[in-house]
Amino acid sequence: MSDTSSGMIQAKPALRRFHQAKWDEPVICELSNPGERGILVPRFDPGAAAAAGGARALIPESMRRISRLRLPEISQARVLRHYARLSQENLGADFNIDVGQGTCTMKYNPKVNDQLARLPQVSELHPLQDEETVQGMLEILYRFEQMLKEISGLDRFTLQPCSGSSAIFTNACIMRAWHRSRGEGGRRDEIITSIFSHPSDAACAKVAGYKVITLYPGPDGYPTVEALKAAISERTAGLIITNPEDTGIYNPHIDEFTSLIHAAGGLCCYDQANANGILGIARAREAGFDLCQFNLHKTFSTPHGCGGPAVGAAGVTSELAPFLPVPTVEYDGSRYYLDWNRPNSIGKVAPFYGVASVVVRAYAWIMNLGAEGLKRVAETAVLNNNYLMKKVLEIPGASVPWPHRRRIEQVRYSWESLAKETGVHSEEIGIRAADYGVHYWTSHHPYVVPEPFTLEPTESYSLAELDEYAGILKHVAEEAVSDPEHVKNAPYASTVHKIDHAPLDDPRRWAITWRAFLRKHGAPAAHCPSNA
Amino acid sequence: MTHPYIPNSAPDTRARMLAALGLKDIDELYAEIPERLRFHGSMNLPEPYADECSLRRHVEGILQRNSSCGDFLSFLGAGCYRHHVPSICDEVNQRGEFLTAYAGEPYDDHGRFQALFEYQSLMGELLDMDVVNVPTFHGFQAAATAARMAARIVQRREVLVPRRMAPSKRSFVQNYCESDVVLREIPDDVSSGLIDQKALAGLISTETAAVYFETPAYLGGIEDGAAITRLAHEKGVLAIACVDPISLGVLAPPGEYGADIACGEIQPLGIHMQYGGGHGGFIATRDEERFVMEFPSRLFGIAPTRVTGEYGFGDVAYERTSFARREGGKEFVGTAAALWGITAGVYLALMGPQGMREVGEGILQRSRYAASRLGNIPGVRAPFLRAAPFKEFVVNFDGTGRSVFDVNRALRARGIFGGKDLSSEFPELGASALYCFTEVHTRADIDRLAAALKEIVTRR
Repeated sequence: MSDTSSGMIQAKPALRRFHQAKWDEPVICELSNPGERGILVPRFDPGAAAAAGGARALIPESMRRISRLRLPEISQARVLRHYARLSQENLGADFNIDVGQGTCTMKYNPKVNDQLARLPQVSELHPLQDEETVQGMLEILYRFEQMLKEISGLDRFTLQPCSGSSAIFTNACIMRAWHRSRGEGGRRDEIITSIFSHPSDAACAKVAGYKVITLYPGPDGYPTVEALKAAISERTAGLIITNPEDTGIYNPHIDEFTSLIHAAGGLCCYDQANANGILGIARAREAGFDLCQFNLHKTFSTPHGCGGPAVGAAGVTSELAPFLPVPTVEYDGSRYYLDWNRPNSIGKVAPFYGVASVVVRAYAWIMNLGAEGLKRVAETAVLNNNYLMKKVLEIPGASVPWPHRRRIEQVRYSWESLAKETGVHSEEIGIRAADYGVHYWTSHHPYVVPEPFTLEPTESYSLAELDEYAGILKHVAEEAVSDPEHVKNAPYASTVHKIDHAPLDDPRRWAITWRAFLRKHGAPAAHCPSNA
Repeated sequence: MTHPYIPNSAPDTRARMLAALGLKDIDELYAEIPERLRFHGSMNLPEPYADECSLRRHVEGILQRNSSCGDFLSFLGAGCYRHHVPSICDEVNQRGEFLTAYAGEPYDDHGRFQALFEYQSLMGELLDMDVVNVPTFHGFQAAATAARMAARIVQRREVLVPRRMAPSKRSFVQNYCESDVVLREIPDDVSSGLIDQKALAGLISTETAAVYFETPAYLGGIEDGAAITRLAHEKGVLAIACVDPISLGVLAPPGEYGADIACGEIQPLGIHMQYGGGHGGFIATRDEERFVMEFPSRLFGIAPTRVTGEYGFGDVAYERTSFARREGGKEFVGTAAALWGITAGVYLALMGPQGMREVGEGILQRSRYAASRLGNIPGVRAPFLRAAPFKEFVVNFDGTGRSVFDVNRALRARGIFGGKDLSSEFPELGASALYCFTEVHTRADIDRLAAALKEIVTRR
């Protein structure tokens, strides 16, 4: 209890007394009250509607809806309140020190860019409008491609892929098309990647028809040249790899990697998901890559939207440009236009031209920073990361694998010693961290680093915020030692308490829609007040 | 200069942090990137507009060169649609809590999990199906993944697709599936443009995994999904129904006629066109393990917590995904179109059963009215194909002696975007265009189109 009698206001404690919003909202289907309306639909002219007839008359008999549509009936303000409440139960980057979703590059998403992307000259454009009516949009797509060429050193980009994975898949398809064009499509059926590259680098190669060879780290945290040599053969189609890898360690032999792959007749694709720390410092071109991809929703500041919409910009050398998806955006000196006449193209990788509103935001971001600004972004992201690493490694129980290597813009850490000492696992640390209003992410699977966690502070957070984040981890780690059960039973200040995950893996009990839930479990039992 | 987005670029702070690390220069942090890999030049990027005011002016200046469907009266569709976007849809998807969130745990991001579970639930009602995914990129991806899922479920390689599907979609599906699935074309009935069901019966073989069909079809006609599904099932193969969700207040939902996998595009449900950037793909099935385990997407499920009466959410069968098993998972998963999924859920919650019925019926009536008005213009045939349309139909100008290109240019001069030119996609349809009518069109809009077309095609 505070002492209010003195009339003095005390300073806030170092550790934030956070509590996540808890509205206890029902599932929306439970809010239905028959007869309520959320919105009215514009009616057609009554005379013309009567002449046309009703739905029954206008739909062939076998295709008329017979069953009752069981959508909820809810008034407008109540729908708004429901979703506004759910939004409050969600921790966007606008609200937290979002350094805990490592590899995701959770930087500040400038609001002015959102405002620009919502202008009707973007939102109300139909993709099939005549080119003369979309010259502004085409100019932005074109100019943005020129920027990425400069940032990567590669020669052409497509902005159509709708995520990093989609861009990697596009890159894999371009590799496939190039090998086929040389009569080697059948023979070259293997892609090499590394375990600290994103899972999609492996998975997308597989979908494109490739066998996947995964390299594991050597003594310095990245695969050795010898391991790569052993994986290369006449069947090698190419390499898909990140650098720095998800550990944050930069592979300084990357040009030897690309040379060896090229010598074997393969192509090299650079997954630049981790580009934020090397903008203007190191590029795909100098490292010898033939293809690359950038996540505009990571490095180039566009909001993640709970997991999309997004853009993965895929770049290639001029030799591979003929295989890019159609259409490309071109400029003849007086007008911008779409070029569909590309006979060697792999075809379509998105319905139209990708997510233009994301490109507008990313364009505005670069136009705000310029070349020097981008380099300042990278340097500050790396400075922040190394500072945070120093603070985290001061916490007893925290460590990094390959401690002799420097990190670029993120770090995969380990709580291995803390877990051995206390029995508290990394996931549990993360859930307890949620009680202090921050995210925390472990690692992709498999966990090569034991008890992993991955932090990426980007350029967006102040020194005080980095200190606060490290302070939260320190507190939770100390708590794991002093009261491990308390950590294991977290969260306490979240919207919900510990979830029983078992039903989610049990086909008899899982429920992926409300109707499936009702069928399997019946209506939820009436909630009795505890004093009833 | 200290940039507003980069707090620790303030010189004093930077110096303090470097000192804390025992470094003199920031370049020491890059010591592990060898000189030969360093970029020594200066990126040739345009001079920046460092302040927000100038930046805004610059970008707006470029965008002013666009004319939108707010400036013109548009009858474009063909995969991207101008339906009314309720204000609440924008209000919700612009909230920073959703807009700037990503991949938190259910404890940080309960709201995202619940909102997407609700999206799945509302789509499940609309489709009459028990399992719906967190949206994938777009309807093209949904169709391609549905084809791959069917091939894995049935353990066969061939999927039959209609000859009249959108060529761009066909190209996408072909590219996505080609290493594992063979696509074979189903001929169309020439007069209706719909699937030739007799030919389809002859095509289904022991190689066939599934029949993929679209209703409404790309050229607008309502395909008899019930009959095609029955035929597929008689031959022991799966039926994949690609449907327009905004039609399902009045059209039979795929679950009702027994389709095994439903897929399609959620952009019509409260999402702006955004030059083709407002897409999201849904995939739905029955609640059978052999179907569920083939989804590559995330599937959010509801689960109890340790507190009575509290709803928790989480990933269903996570082990099937590439997040869990890399190339051993089903296809791949990652960032896609979650925000549009939340938005489509808001749309369905607002519309309710009556709204969805009314919007469907109103669209049908506008299409019928437009067909009668356009069909009366000398030399114009509308609808050109003999199939009941939902919101789109083919208009043919052969009898006018004019190309679609000419007609559309003349319409543009009158402030109208005419239908999509089909002349290069399907040359055998002659001078044909695909016109789209939705609830945003008034009778006066359609009359204006008819009057403009009449004037254009009868002018000497």
